[in-house]
Amino acid sequence: MLNNQQFVRFDKVDKSYDGKVLVVKDLNLDIAEGEFITMLGPSGSGKTTCLMMLAGFETPTNGEIYLDSNPISNIPPHKRGIGMVFQNYALFPHMTVYENLAFPLRVRKVSKDEIDKKVDKALSMVSLTGFENRMPGQLSGGQQQRVAVARALVFDPAVVLMDEPLGALDKNLRESMQYEIKHIHESIGVTVVYVTHDQGEALTMSNRIAVFNDGKVQQLSSPDKLYEEPVNSFVAEFIGENNTFGGQVTNFSKEKCKVKLDDGSEIFANPITVKSNGDKTTVSLRPERALINTKEKMDNNFKGKIEEVIYHGDHTRVRLNLLGNKEFILKVPNSSANMDIKLGNQINVSWNSHDARALDPK
Amino acid sequence: MSSETRQILTTDGIPLEVSLKKAERKNKIKAFLLVAPLLLFLLITYIFPIGDMLLRSVDDKMVTEMLPKTFKSMEDWDGNEMPPEEVFEAFYLDFQKLVEEKRDGKLSTQLNYTKNGFKSILKKLRRKAKNFEEGNYKEQIMAVHKRWADVEYWRAIKRRAPAFTSSKYLKGMDMYKNEEGKIVSVEEDRRIHRVLWLRTLEIAFFVTLLCFLMAYPIAHLLATLPMKYSNLLMICVLLPFWTSLLVRTASWMILLQQQGVVNDFFVMIGLVADDNRPEMMYNKTGTYVAMTQILLPFMVLPLYSVMKTISPSLMRAGKSLGGTPFVTFWKVYFPLTIPGIGAGCLLVFILAIGYYITPALVGGASGTLISNQIAFHMKSTLDWSFASAMGLMLLAGVLAIYWIYNKLVGIDNIKLG
Repeated sequence: MLNNQQFVRFDKVDKSYDGKVLVVKDLNLDIAEGEFITMLGPSGSGKTTCLMMLAGFETPTNGEIYLDSNPISNIPPHKRGIGMVFQNYALFPHMTVYENLAFPLRVRKVSKDEIDKKVDKALSMVSLTGFENRMPGQLSGGQQQRVAVARALVFDPAVVLMDEPLGALDKNLRESMQYEIKHIHESIGVTVVYVTHDQGEALTMSNRIAVFNDGKVQQLSSPDKLYEEPVNSFVAEFIGENNTFGGQVTNFSKEKCKVKLDDGSEIFANPITVKSNGDKTTVSLRPERALINTKEKMDNNFKGKIEEVIYHGDHTRVRLNLLGNKEFILKVPNSSANMDIKLGNQINVSWNSHDARALDPK
Repeated sequence: MSSETRQILTTDGIPLEVSLKKAERKNKIKAFLLVAPLLLFLLITYIFPIGDMLLRSVDDKMVTEMLPKTFKSMEDWDGNEMPPEEVFEAFYLDFQKLVEEKRDGKLSTQLNYTKNGFKSILKKLRRKAKNFEEGNYKEQIMAVHKRWADVEYWRAIKRRAPAFTSSKYLKGMDMYKNEEGKIVSVEEDRRIHRVLWLRTLEIAFFVTLLCFLMAYPIAHLLATLPMKYSNLLMICVLLPFWTSLLVRTASWMILLQQQGVVNDFFVMIGLVADDNRPEMMYNKTGTYVAMTQILLPFMVLPLYSVMKTISPSLMRAGKSLGGTPFVTFWKVYFPLTIPGIGAGCLLVFILAIGYYITPALVGGASGTLISNQIAFHMKSTLDWSFASAMGLMLLAGVLAIYWIYNKLVGIDNIKLG
């Protein structure tokens, strides 16, 4: 990419509201031009605070934020030229859709013709042409959200911030809006900083995801890496489903280590954060990486008792009691080969040590 | 339902509409019974007194009833020349009856209102009438006093014939019906009511304006501050509500008088000389200050209740879209508060226009309002019909303002909380 890799830069940013607790701790984050980056985390993890600092509604307690290499801490929000989509849309209820979209252009003293043209373009982008004279109250939630997106983009900002924009929509609408926003991003190439606590949303939309917890970025990487290769047990736990085993490293090597579990059995795992024998660890394994009754050769093979079977249509979820973990989940694809999945049966479960990641203890 | 569409029946064969009405009747009766006490209360304490006031303000039946025969005989008299004999005879008979019932004093008071000089000639007539002979009353009466031979006085009597009169309303606007029946203004030096009406409007307007200017920032603070501070501020706003109106006004008297706290303070900081203390009470200033303070909560509360519902993210959105704080306030925040402004202004203006105690206590001569005049006529002159007339004029004024407001802003946009 030839784009500016440090288009937005958080440099050692701290934020505290009360002088006692740091909401954001030593945040360093580079966002490339044209990137779709998502800040993902549980509520209270500091992600919205970061967004508000970028928008200019909060000031960093320490550190500096750069936009295109210019420090922006002392620039008021209205001069930053950053578009923002709010969780509750924040459309001006007393203005029509047209006036809402024209607002950012009017304050910039754009000519009437130009305004008409740009509003038209923005509305067609969110497929709401013909809604110019409606009041926001006459629109459905999804339509309001699209107007809000169009309004944030109509003045061609360099960066658009989205603060859980789909949180108030129902599931189906949310999914179609995810694609719509993604397509808009792809077609106009604007830099998007997106905040959400919904991991599915983050995984489908983003170029990169920054997982926030406790005021810190836990991992910053592409969606697939985040899912396949979580760097610590928080990320592993937070993104997707996860089976965990608590234990202690007994036979450490760089490629593979042996972990002695709390119930005495030993498994092979892929050492990620553990460094030496005796380290406490949590081994994380994705449900779809464990196979039953497989003929493939794998280095972890154990027997487990089926505790619960839940039918999901395309797959069946099986809860096992395995190696002392009563919450071990398996996803069995819906195919004729797996017929002996019955409550109480003992089955063989296997997985590769490479997929079992030995992370920091919980 | 058009005649062509088939009537829908319930499973029992009753038309659906009938069935529905029957089912809802019970609820309707229940609802009405719940409302009934309030309705009755309103009827007795509000609609009935106002209706009574309306009647009283135009009622002129007293004279009509005292001289029934006279007015009947006057029906054919055009009023240009002296009335014919029948009128004199009828008047004599009516008058004699009143003398017997000892009601002639009332008549003379009433007629004297219409034209000065009736009192003495009626007195004289009563004395002389004892010795009247039957027949030819015209000459006998005209002989009593030369004014009885003056057609002006007979016209004055005729003017009192209608059972209803607008004279009280005209008087309220410093006007009257002259002898020719035309409506004219009284002489300039006797116009007192117009000044009062104008002053009432002026004071109500400026008090509303002052209240608005002061209440807007307070309400904004109340709506945006964190809970613990806004609660405290709210108590400060409401505190005056918990104090008696009289006490509050009295405390303003203590503050504003010439040897009062405010003046002392001005002298202390050298703003005014000790021997040149400004008069801040018993004039308009006192009325303005005290009324603004007292009516302030009525502006703050509607504004607050509207501002509370405006999401702070709207201001943020405005700023993020490039609006300066002022533009964002003016284009986004302010228009959204208009329902509250309307409600507050209407409330304060209507309260101010009929304000009584405060101007009476701190207003002095130049700071009293029309309601003080109404009270004066109710308590001192006992001219209740005049007081009623002015009260109704005030009410009509308020309704007119309400109407104008509805045309300008729309009453649906009002928000009291």
